[in-house]
Amino acid sequence: MSMLFDDFLIRATLAGIAVAVAAAPLGCFVVWRRMAYFGDATAHAAILGVALALAFNLSVFLGVLFVTILMATLVSRLSGRGFAMDTLLGVMAHASLAIGLVAVSFLSGVRVDLMAFLFGDILAVSVTDLVVIWAGALSVLALLVWRWDALLTATMSPELARAGGLDPDREQLVLSITLAIVVAVALKVVGVILITAMLIIPAAAARPLARTPESMAVIAILVAIIAAFGGLQMSLWADTPAGPSIVTVAFCLFMLSLITGAFYRGMR
Amino acid sequence: MTPLFKAEALSVKLDGQTVLAQVTLAIMPGEIVTIVGPNGSGKSTLLRAIIGAVPPAGGTLTVRPGLRIGYVPQKLHVDSTLPVTVLRFLSLPKRVSRSEAAHVLELAGAQNIASKQLSELSGGQLQRVLLARALLAKPELLILDEATQGLDQPGSAAFYQLVGDIRDDIGCAVLMVSHELHVVMASSDRVICLNGHICCEGHPAHVASAPEYRALFGSGTGGALALYRHDHDHEHSHKHEHVE
Repeated sequence: MSMLFDDFLIRATLAGIAVAVAAAPLGCFVVWRRMAYFGDATAHAAILGVALALAFNLSVFLGVLFVTILMATLVSRLSGRGFAMDTLLGVMAHASLAIGLVAVSFLSGVRVDLMAFLFGDILAVSVTDLVVIWAGALSVLALLVWRWDALLTATMSPELARAGGLDPDREQLVLSITLAIVVAVALKVVGVILITAMLIIPAAAARPLARTPESMAVIAILVAIIAAFGGLQMSLWADTPAGPSIVTVAFCLFMLSLITGAFYRGMR
Repeated sequence: MTPLFKAEALSVKLDGQTVLAQVTLAIMPGEIVTIVGPNGSGKSTLLRAIIGAVPPAGGTLTVRPGLRIGYVPQKLHVDSTLPVTVLRFLSLPKRVSRSEAAHVLELAGAQNIASKQLSELSGGQLQRVLLARALLAKPELLILDEATQGLDQPGSAAFYQLVGDIRDDIGCAVLMVSHELHVVMASSDRVICLNGHICCEGHPAHVASAPEYRALFGSGTGGALALYRHDHDHEHSHKHEHVE
């Protein structure tokens, strides 16, 4: 019994670390490019992916990946066409969540644990899930490392990127795809509603402590790993829901970093 | 001497609209050329055509093979959420060595701010950093697109002085776009007045007195600027009138 117990906690912890490693550095770009709503829109679309996957008897991971990639590319194409970006993303984020929930209700004969998809079900991560999650997380990390300087240049100035022979639209597409993968990977761990939190909170917590983009990404990863580990422990000892506990710990780290940052600036 | 690039009867269309027509222009090594023109006159489009960002719709554009171009953009907004030092910024998107970075920062008069955060810099400092960044390419042609936007007049004057010094140091040609005629004209070898086509060109003094230039800048938005120049030329008599 105790073996089994250890096992699911280890699987959950490993899954949490995978999400941390992928979401935190991507989250830095989400923060730098002010794309928080973009993360929401993509994450919320995942519910629609779940509905489609269940309706056509596909793997949930693939269904979610398909819909989120579609959503991410659609939103980045639509940007700058007469609507302010936040309006457009606000529309897409909430519409996709609503349509997804409606679509799930149409599924007859399938009992869908909606709570698991909305808030994650990290304690039920299987070995197969773990393999998929780590494969997704590592491919996101590899894409980000490979395109790092180009992404950074395009983020700072599309104009300078173009002058340097880069295509800012292509870099935007790289971000859209990595975001879609992160959503598909994090769905099981923190759920649709809190995925954006895993993107933004570690990056925001890293900001006051960082002086270069790279250090911000590394600190964000550390924050996210501590949050995943601490959140799971909290969930275990205080019997709280795992996903929200992880985000709560991340938020505490964010507050801690704000105070430390302010203290440092006061010292100088 | 072969020109760095040569445009002959060049025309450029954006979204089906002709933005530039019949532009014939060549730049020789070491020359400082300034393009002036009202908003929407195609100044920036011409620069973008030269760096190959927009294709010509007609005419020819011949760029000397392997021409090294350094490009200084209008301005750079650095979001305060992005922590990046001047030194790190110079290594984007291509890594450069510390000594290379120090060298260009010194050329641009910005050696003392290498470890500062980009978001902490003043407008003038940031412009020098952008200039330093353009110098990394060891340019034969330095392109500046309204590079002094947001600087006050002494700041602009100092910046153009610096550009002139850099030209003397490394012998690059300079092509810049500006609306600040009173500052620009003094340091330019040649001024081109653009409004969809080349209205007139020549030495700064010649262009300033050309009827085409007066027609473009002597009325509407340019009126105040032309008046300012006039007052400046007759400073003494102006003062005299007030004393009486």
